[in-house]
Amino acid sequence: MRVGVITFPGTCDDVDARLAVGKVAEPVALWHGDADLQGVDAVVVPGGFSYGDYLRAGAIARFAPAMASVIEAAREGLPVLGICNGFQILCEAGLLPGALLPNTSLRFACRQVELEVVRDDTAWTRACAVGDRLSIPAKHTTGRFTGEVPEEQVVLRYVHDPVPNGSQDAIAGVCNEARNVVGLMPHPEHAVDLLTGGSEDGLRIFESVALARV
Amino acid sequence: MLIRPKAGILDPQGKAVERALPALGFTGVSNVHVGRLVELDVEDPSQLDRMCRELLANPLVEDYEVLA
Repeated sequence: MRVGVITFPGTCDDVDARLAVGKVAEPVALWHGDADLQGVDAVVVPGGFSYGDYLRAGAIARFAPAMASVIEAAREGLPVLGICNGFQILCEAGLLPGALLPNTSLRFACRQVELEVVRDDTAWTRACAVGDRLSIPAKHTTGRFTGEVPEEQVVLRYVHDPVPNGSQDAIAGVCNEARNVVGLMPHPEHAVDLLTGGSEDGLRIFESVALARV
Repeated sequence: MLIRPKAGILDPQGKAVERALPALGFTGVSNVHVGRLVELDVEDPSQLDRMCRELLANPLVEDYEVLA
């Protein structure tokens, strides 16, 4: 299985995303300016600060040539994962419901968070079971999820009170109606190795898409 | 174009300003909201509304107003 990881100007988590993908599949580097997705079986839109986050996080990145191809392919069922800035981009692109606004604290927050799996039937959570807890890092300033989202499209919730970034209903991750597109603010790609990640729980997200293909 | 947070959406930036003003001795300040102003020259102003909807504002969380 080949999984593409898109790099935009300002992306900083593409290398970790490719390393994480490499543990379960073949990573393929994709460039924002190139509409050719090289026939990949899934796409990760990684974290960072695409186009400097000018205007609003993700607002400009969604017009990149690579994103036009991702939007079209996602509507035909291609599994797409948006992490952090990638989640913001997928919301701006209209592939996912809602919007990400500045944290209630207005501060950048970096910490290990506990997530509860709410849906295990999406392309990116199939290797989990409902109720599982995942311990992975979150690091963002603009992560407060807001919007009208049906309960059946909530994929992950923070197990923290109060919710670290002030997200509505403790929502950490959502999916589209078809459940092939998932976005989350925390970073599974930073939790795939005990030496540096504090846990290997993030691997389950990448294993899920590999499973989906079998 | 004037873009501001939709009513009812928590605006922590406005709240932070609201807390900071009394610290400088300004009194009686409430309902502070912080938005942004986009200035541009355009040949065909009929495009402005679509510009706001498609890029300059996120209509899910922001209201916009075109000021001629």
